[in-house]
Amino acid sequence: MGSQKPSRSRLFRSTAFKLTLLYMGVFAIFATAALGYVAWNARRLIEDQIRQTIDAEITGLSEQFRQGGVRRLLVVIEQRSRGPGASLYLVTSPFGERLAGNVEQVPVGLLDRAGESEMPFARSAEDASGARPAMAIVRVYVLPGGFRVLVGRDASERDRLRIVVRRAGGWALAVVLLLGVLGGFVIARRILKRVDTMSETTVGIMTSDLKERLPVSENGDELDRLAINLNTMLDRITVLMGGLRQVSDNIAHDLKTPLTRLRNRADEALRPNATTDDMRRALEGVTDDADNLIRVFNALLMIARLEAGQARETMANFDASAAANSVAELYEALAEEAGATLTSDITPGVTMRGSRELVGQALSNLLDNALKYGKPSDDAPAHVSLILRQEAGDVVFTVADCGAGIPPDQRGRALERFGRLDSSRTKPGFGLGLSLAKAVAGIHDGTLELKDNRPGLAAVLTLPVDGAGGGFGDVPAS
Amino acid sequence: MRLLIVEDDAEAAAYLIKAFREAGHVADHAGDGLEGYAMAEGGGYDVLVVDRMLPRLDGLSLIRSLREQKDATPALILSALAQVDDRVKGLRAGGDDYLPKPYAFSELLARVEVLARRRGAPASEPTSYRVGDLDLDRLAHRVTRGGTEILLQPREFRLLEYLMKHAGQVVTRTMLLENVWDYHFDPQTNVIDVHISRLRGKLDKGQGVPLLQTVRGAGYSLRAEPR
Repeated sequence: MGSQKPSRSRLFRSTAFKLTLLYMGVFAIFATAALGYVAWNARRLIEDQIRQTIDAEITGLSEQFRQGGVRRLLVVIEQRSRGPGASLYLVTSPFGERLAGNVEQVPVGLLDRAGESEMPFARSAEDASGARPAMAIVRVYVLPGGFRVLVGRDASERDRLRIVVRRAGGWALAVVLLLGVLGGFVIARRILKRVDTMSETTVGIMTSDLKERLPVSENGDELDRLAINLNTMLDRITVLMGGLRQVSDNIAHDLKTPLTRLRNRADEALRPNATTDDMRRALEGVTDDADNLIRVFNALLMIARLEAGQARETMANFDASAAANSVAELYEALAEEAGATLTSDITPGVTMRGSRELVGQALSNLLDNALKYGKPSDDAPAHVSLILRQEAGDVVFTVADCGAGIPPDQRGRALERFGRLDSSRTKPGFGLGLSLAKAVAGIHDGTLELKDNRPGLAAVLTLPVDGAGGGFGDVPAS
Repeated sequence: MRLLIVEDDAEAAAYLIKAFREAGHVADHAGDGLEGYAMAEGGGYDVLVVDRMLPRLDGLSLIRSLREQKDATPALILSALAQVDDRVKGLRAGGDDYLPKPYAFSELLARVEVLARRRGAPASEPTSYRVGDLDLDRLAHRVTRGGTEILLQPREFRLLEYLMKHAGQVVTRTMLLENVWDYHFDPQTNVIDVHISRLRGKLDKGQGVPLLQTVRGAGYSLRAEPR
């Protein structure tokens, strides 16, 4: 595993090599077909020419026969037979006797029927003894009176063409094969080397806590794009893992305190001299603590389920203004008792698609936070406002206070689970309210932003009027 | 009141039966959905308490089948899946109330008693309620105690209306949040308590007999005589 030098068998098994072979095979088939087509056409052309020549000769000989009869024909044929590069001639009597011509032997039966055919021929003795006799295209012509005239022409030109084409094709194929195998070998080696480097680095990354990154060359080719994407994915995994670690650390830390308190209360009830009243009080405390813990777990589960995109099927159109008013009314009494003021400025009649329940819960969490942390100082009363506006395609809920606010660099952390900012953690609460509100925003395809209210914090929940766009089939595309 | 508890967890079922008996009710137990369906079909129960996840026939199908048989026995669904869409699914199947696990028994008892009472109640709501010397006129939106008018905000009126409708019964904080504000989430602080103490200030101020009483560990109850 992981040797620097790619082994031969791996090289041949590589995709690049197989692809090269495949391309080469396809190319060879096409090239052979093209060559074959050209050869076939050339062969036809040659045969046509031969036939035309034969036709012309026969026309000429027929003319001689008509003018001078058999005698004249025989004289002309004897003359022509002797010329260099001459055609093949043979004239026979009605009884099959050879009368004139330069052809010694004719296959049996050839002269019996008129028309075109092919026959082997030998002009001299040594030609006849050759392994492959030359072929000729011949035509037999019957004259009035039963005389037969055979005219033919050497077709070895055609056969030579076939041999030339076949030889050229063979060589070309061999060269293509050789080049293909070599090219495939080189390309596969090059790519395999880079892929090997990448997979070795991947092994390194897996063993080294995801710190390393894949090398990226300057080519900008597909392997580089792959490496860049993998690196981005690794970055994202690192961030997510960090977040997860943070959350589990926080859970462990934040749940230890109430669990310890719960334990202490149980201990109290178990004291030897505890009265019934003490026990009852302690048990009531235990129940309260347990309820709080359950509440925390419910909130965590709910955030997880919202982030997983569940609960979308309960979305419907609802009156956002009425929902916001309802929450405001719910918290007005609480604000008043705490000596704070809660004013609401809600545009009436705004409807949206979504979960009224979840939006109400998110607003409730934001108001709860604002009332808890929104005091300008410890003695001064908090002033909190809930504002609802419709802006373009969005419903914008703003919960603003006039407290200390959150510095810009800590706002991201405030939205995390258990992201409580007072490190002493003296105030009640578990720091899940904002992250739940953020999850609610997320499932509506909206956003939750923390802004500066100068002074104080403004939590802005922006939700699209038509709900989570991609999530439903029944929402008309806007 | 006769209850049928359909719950496959034997320990949880035993606890519920004991607790309901102590509260003065009769409770039967079915260990799976089919058995529960057969027992419920036999009739005679005031309220069904049905776990959502059951062997052989799940809780939602059980209730849906009963409703198809025109059986309107009030049913409360208990569910370990305590989130958002489960309530909607449960109520769509024909359930009348929904309680996520884990729950306090006092919460379950209060809800079951309200469901049982609803069954006997007339279909149309009365136009006025009276508890002791407290009168609420739903049509005139007027509240008087001993003849003196008490001025209430609209939401306070709805709160009192709900309490008077269930006078003598225990209503929990979540029941109030559900019925008066129409929200089902768990408010993080004692928001309901503040509303109650405000209302109590208006109702019982300067009066000898407090009507709006706190039931420790459970909720509130509006009644003429002390418990």
